[in-house]
Amino acid sequence: MLKYLGARLLYTLPVAVGVSIVCFMLVHIAPGDPLTSVLPPDASAQLQQEMRVIYGFDKPLPVQYGMWLLKTLQGDLGTSIATGRPVAAELGRALSNTLMLAALATFIGFAFGSLFGFVAGYFRDTWIDKAASLVSIIGVSVPHYWLGMVLVIIFSVQLNLLPATGAGPGGSGEWRWDWAHIQHLILPAVTMSVIPMGIVARTVRALVADILSQEFVTGLRAKGLLDFGVFRHVVKNAAPTALAVMGLQLGYLLGGSILIETVFSWPGTGFLLGQAIFQRDLPLLQGTILVLAMIFVALNLMVDIVQSLIDPRVQRS
Amino acid sequence: MTATTLDAIATVQKSPGYWNNVLRRFRRDPVAMFALFVVLALILMAVFAPLVAPADPYRASMLRRLRPIGTEGFPLGTDELGRDMLTRLIYGGRLSLLMGVTPVIIAFFVGSFIGITAGYLGGRVNTVLMRTIDVFFAFPSVLLAIALSGALGAGVFNGLLSLTIVFVPPIARIAESVTTAVRKIEYVEAARASGASAFTIVRVHVLGNVIGPIFVYATGLISVSLILASGLSFLGLGVKPPEPEWGLMLNTLRNAIYVQPWVAALPGLMIFITSISFNLLSDSLRSAMDVKS
Amino acid sequence: MSVFATEAPALKTPLLQINDLTKHFALNGGFLGRAAGVVRAVDGVSFDVAGGETLGIVGESGCGKSTTARLLVDLIRPDSGQVVIDGRLVGVDMSVREMRRHMQMVFQDSYASLNPRMTMEDAIAFGPMVNGESKARALGLAHELLAKVGLEPVRFAGRYPHELSGGQRQRVNIARALAFSPKIVILDEAVSALDKSVEAQVLNLLADLKSELNLTYIFISHDLNVVRHISDRVMVMYLGQVVEIGPVNSLYAQPAHPYTRALLGAMPSMDPDRRTMEAPLAGDPPNPINPPTGCRFHTRCKFAAEVCSQSQPIQHILADARHYAACHAYTPGSGHPGLGMSS
Repeated sequence: MLKYLGARLLYTLPVAVGVSIVCFMLVHIAPGDPLTSVLPPDASAQLQQEMRVIYGFDKPLPVQYGMWLLKTLQGDLGTSIATGRPVAAELGRALSNTLMLAALATFIGFAFGSLFGFVAGYFRDTWIDKAASLVSIIGVSVPHYWLGMVLVIIFSVQLNLLPATGAGPGGSGEWRWDWAHIQHLILPAVTMSVIPMGIVARTVRALVADILSQEFVTGLRAKGLLDFGVFRHVVKNAAPTALAVMGLQLGYLLGGSILIETVFSWPGTGFLLGQAIFQRDLPLLQGTILVLAMIFVALNLMVDIVQSLIDPRVQRS
Repeated sequence: MTATTLDAIATVQKSPGYWNNVLRRFRRDPVAMFALFVVLALILMAVFAPLVAPADPYRASMLRRLRPIGTEGFPLGTDELGRDMLTRLIYGGRLSLLMGVTPVIIAFFVGSFIGITAGYLGGRVNTVLMRTIDVFFAFPSVLLAIALSGALGAGVFNGLLSLTIVFVPPIARIAESVTTAVRKIEYVEAARASGASAFTIVRVHVLGNVIGPIFVYATGLISVSLILASGLSFLGLGVKPPEPEWGLMLNTLRNAIYVQPWVAALPGLMIFITSISFNLLSDSLRSAMDVKS
Repeated sequence: MSVFATEAPALKTPLLQINDLTKHFALNGGFLGRAAGVVRAVDGVSFDVAGGETLGIVGESGCGKSTTARLLVDLIRPDSGQVVIDGRLVGVDMSVREMRRHMQMVFQDSYASLNPRMTMEDAIAFGPMVNGESKARALGLAHELLAKVGLEPVRFAGRYPHELSGGQRQRVNIARALAFSPKIVILDEAVSALDKSVEAQVLNLLADLKSELNLTYIFISHDLNVVRHISDRVMVMYLGQVVEIGPVNSLYAQPAHPYTRALLGAMPSMDPDRRTMEAPLAGDPPNPINPPTGCRFHTRCKFAAEVCSQSQPIQHILADARHYAACHAYTPGSGHPGLGMSS
């Protein structure tokens, strides 16, 4: 077990380094002088030269990477051009907003996905299965940003039931767990939940169908030992895989929330990214991407470890 | 060699090959045929847009902005600049399909090349190639696409480049795993024992057995790519105005949802129809290829 | 059983000579990708095969039979050792490519041995085409060979592997090996997966082909009865080493090495009088990653003496001058008390 953990950690480290290199290079693949990414466009020539030295843009790339990595490891993600505030500070609140949204969406998507998948797998090859499969294929095919718009059209514009944008009444302000705030969370979370729902439904359906077709289950059924016993068995066998899917989906949603946050003006990391792109704020873009990618790498690692704790068969390196 | 054996070669009873069987099963699948029909119709519509579309996609008019669906002369209404929606939806398919499908096609070739090379050669080459791939795999695909095109800036080419980079790693991974599996099968050993070069073995024995699974997997990515490509334009990356493109149209019509909500939703419906058709095609292809024989 | 330790009588140059063939596999999975151990899959294997004879190779699974076969045709590159064909050293006097024209192989799994996307004629013609034949001539040859292995070309040439039975597929695999007009054919468990009746048919085919084409076979199998039926000489392997080799009658009648005795003892005999009372082997072979010191069999050998765990035995010539065994019991002055049996 320890050996597996060690191997898994050793595998993650180079990946994390690679991810940091890709993020570092983002500023350098951008067209034009990387300096424009840290200076306002109207900076004087003298200031430009000073900043060039301060940021190390006059040094070779590997050295620059080393300097950048050192700063990053100390929690310094650079300064946003648009706001002049440290990127790390901008990220803090946004990250907690996105995490809240993604966690809720994962939960909803997982609950409904499991339900659809279980029903489809249990009644496989009947019309119920086909209907549930259709729902899941719609789930993976629908452009979620459009679905968000349609939900806004229905529930905000037409029915006037729920707010269309923002994270609370009156624009910014602290998040609170009251109805005024929670109603802002419903539409984006439901929209986002469609992404994992289709995938979870497909996975669960395959698992259930597979387990139910195994001989011992046929045996259980023949004995009349059905339903609850079989159900418990299915859950026990499907849990590690389902858990892995759920963890990875949470990671995907954290990274993929940008389109939905844009639609709903949800003040999370995706919204931040949207602003960074719109204002060509490269330090903000780079810092946000780096943090989100690292969270994804860490989630992957955690899923693997938890999975191997539950099911020792997973430990194949 | 005698004359009789030459005659015999000509009279050999040929069995239908694997791909013939796949095609036959695929053709019998009504869902597949329907999805294929929709996809072909969309492609033809995009290619022959100037012939099909009733109006000029760029001609704006402040006098007839945001007309509802069913307006005379504008069956699907007009957009925020008074341009004919039907025309722009037809033209929009050009860039949306191009930006959605091209990255997967390029990634299919690049990813297959990388994956098959890594899988067949194994050892160090495999380690170097696949660990590099792992780094890109460590990003959620949406995030990677946005990071790359966000850094590169807007534009069709930058969008295509970013999306291609996003889809190479998953395809390379699949290609690597199926190739590694095939390489260990005895017919590849038998081919090596016949003195064939690595290139010949890959071309004759490996490619034919791995390209099917890789292809099916790649077709499944088209729908993701379409949604992502339009998503980039929706964010202001990718296609720039005033070009008609479904994602970009959805973006510019966002503020119109309070005036003409159903007109504003139309471009997304087009993305949805295209995406689900490709997904159904991919699923049908997968099941047509699934059975041995 | 009397034991001699004289020099081998001079024989004419054998068709195939194998000297000290060795292959150790590094086991991955150690810390930071370092090798976690070494599997001594084949360790110093030497033997000769005369032209026109059939050498059977037997042993438990994991003893290195199949690895030896793959080393012979260079599917796995040996760490050391020589393969000499007709007095010419492969890699020096003869290229690997030419060697493969002289020595071909038939694998165990008839289905996995054939590309599922290739028709039978293409599968057989592939080798000749790779070696410079025109497509028409290669296909013509494929049809002749199909007829030769008893498959009507008009019916079978255009078929795919899944449309053939196991026996038919193995006939195709034999035809493919013959497409090079090889001198030596290695049959690696080539009939083991077949039904008994089909196995007999394929064995008869092999016998016919051998006399017709003057072939030399290396016949690898775990089935001692089949090996006895088809072989002229038999080689017994244990944990990557040769423990005994000799003419089939001599080896089956008077097995010298305790391992061979145990192996034959485990074999059901049709004749009750010939059933040995010797206990069959107990347990699994030891882990080849860390094989026992000295004689590798001493951990399972009931005749093991002190010397057996200390030094490796060498091959000794037995009563029949072509019969060798690697056992201390036959080495005078080794310190081994002998097998304690008189015969």
